[in-house]
Amino acid sequence: MKLKVNGEDREFKDRTVLDLLKELEIIPERVAVEVNLKVIKRADLENHQLNDGDSVEIVYFVGGGTLESQT
Amino acid sequence: MEDKLIIKGIEFKSRLWIGTGKYKDFEETARVIEASGADVVTVAVRRVNITDRKSENLLDYIDPKKYKILPNTAGCYTVEDALRYSRLARESGVSDMIKLEVIGDEKTLFPDVIGLLQATEILAKEGFIIFPYTNDDPVMAKRLEGAGAAAVMPLGAPIGSGLGIRNPYNIKIILEAAKVPVIVDAGVGTASDAAVAMELGCDAVLMNTAVAAAKDPIAMANAMKHAVIAGRLAYKAGRMPKKLYATASSPIEGML
Repeated sequence: MKLKVNGEDREFKDRTVLDLLKELEIIPERVAVEVNLKVIKRADLENHQLNDGDSVEIVYFVGGGTLESQT
Repeated sequence: MEDKLIIKGIEFKSRLWIGTGKYKDFEETARVIEASGADVVTVAVRRVNITDRKSENLLDYIDPKKYKILPNTAGCYTVEDALRYSRLARESGVSDMIKLEVIGDEKTLFPDVIGLLQATEILAKEGFIIFPYTNDDPVMAKRLEGAGAAAVMPLGAPIGSGLGIRNPYNIKIILEAAKVPVIVDAGVGTASDAAVAMELGCDAVLMNTAVAAAKDPIAMANAMKHAVIAGRLAYKAGRMPKKLYATASSPIEGML
């Protein structure tokens, strides 16, 4: 299936969000995931089925105070 | 004498809160935080780089068990974005706290207070512990308090400007009226600015650039730590009244 992951087009053959994180070598405990603008609860990562055309955002914490946008 | 800062049942060990932007690397960030004595560390939420998977993670350097991680919505210009970032931040699993920013203008980074109030109302209903970054407007501070903010965070001056507390009288009025803690966020440039904020009676100070852009950030973090403590102690001690003329402090009696 075709997915948009963090703005990039990607082919993905597995099914769940957790599978996707594994494929991308991302530790699930360190990130938050949104599918089609809906936040996926951590407990649901392994059950949430992805579908063709889904838009996935994977975020984490980075350095930033009050001026992140300025750099 | 106990002088603890407690917000929504959370006990804070330090009244200096620190941002993590603009440092050379994570190691310097960690050393600065250590030197500052801060236990609240604010972080931004951003996309993971999925093509270049370097394993370095900020939270490898700032242990969420040791520090209180305060995610922020820096860079959000709309209510929708601020809500989205807040919800993602909460799902990252470090806390329900959010430093809420809805920016209204790119050049000044002044808050869009109308959007801020709307976002505060919505997130309060969802159980967030909200720290809204607002301007130094006493009326807006009360409105945010009424909307369910855990504290209010008026700016001392524009973000990253280092101009200090530009309107101490407004901060004073905010403090007089507020039933929630008041934390100055943004504008501090050097130690005396932080001390001024604390002497006014603010409950804490949040800063980033003042430390990050100092020639020696670790030394400045240490300076800020002491300034915040000194300012708080002076506030609690109660300063003498200002007078126009001299009052001799040595006795006249016994003079030749």
